[in-house]
Amino acid sequence: MDIQLKRGLLDVCVLAAIKNEESYGYQIIKDMKPYLELSESTLYTILKRLEAADMLTVRNVEHKGRLRKYYRITQQGLGRIEEFKEDWKEILSIYNFITREDARHE
Amino acid sequence: MNKEAFLCELREELFGLPQEDIDERISFYREMIDDRIEDGIPEEDAIAEIGTVESVKKQIMSEIPLARLVKEKVKPKRRLRVWEIVLLVLGSPVWIPLVIAAAAVIFAVYASIWALVVSAYAADLSLAAGVIAAFAGIGQFLKAGNPAGALFSFGAGVACAGLAILLFFACAWITKAVLKLSGRILFTTKSAFVGKEA
Repeated sequence: MDIQLKRGLLDVCVLAAIKNEESYGYQIIKDMKPYLELSESTLYTILKRLEAADMLTVRNVEHKGRLRKYYRITQQGLGRIEEFKEDWKEILSIYNFITREDARHE
Repeated sequence: MNKEAFLCELREELFGLPQEDIDERISFYREMIDDRIEDGIPEEDAIAEIGTVESVKKQIMSEIPLARLVKEKVKPKRRLRVWEIVLLVLGSPVWIPLVIAAAAVIFAVYASIWALVVSAYAADLSLAAGVIAAFAGIGQFLKAGNPAGALFSFGAGVACAGLAILLFFACAWITKAVLKLSGRILFTTKSAFVGKEA
């Protein structure tokens, strides 16, 4: 996939991964794997950015004698997903326009 | 390589970043490796999935703005002693112009590289203008009853067009090369601020 297009999608994908319940780094990567390949450092940067934007909160949880960071989505984060869905409708109509142009040449 | 060796090496490679930032990143990678091991992946493979120390460092550096690296580097690691402050102030007529000069040299090199790109495009544009002029000339020669002149003008126009097209491809190639070079310069500059203390 085009790198610019992918970059725009990543933030929303990470939010979607924690939409239903709080999750941790490795689980997020595993959940996204079938759809998007995500490196650790990219995930780190995205999580930092989303936290700074108040789209998620972080808490440390003790897990088998070590600390694990759990990420929980906020109201703003949920709002971002809704925003994306609205954007997507627009993108879909543009997609229809693009493929219609294709059809004319056939 | 085991987990501790990997994390230790990574920590050394990230030297120069804010200490807090390093600690947080290291604990993030530690958690990532631990979770993989817990998932049943052997330690060696878990680390291999994260990548090499070099590749992880490269990714981290591409994501951190240069300004933050510089700011961290120039921040003193301890409080300055009185004599150091006095020396800094007394020496300011010397070191401030030097810093400005160094920045100016870097800027000048950068500007001259891009000037080359701009001039290549300008040359291409003038060739394109030549094409228009030559074809306009055909009409003038015909009006003056000079078919040989018109033919010459036509030939000149075609030659200009050919050169313009070739030069355009050259321009595109130069632009791409300069962009790539800029990326490399930025990476090298960033590298100067991160890594083991020399």
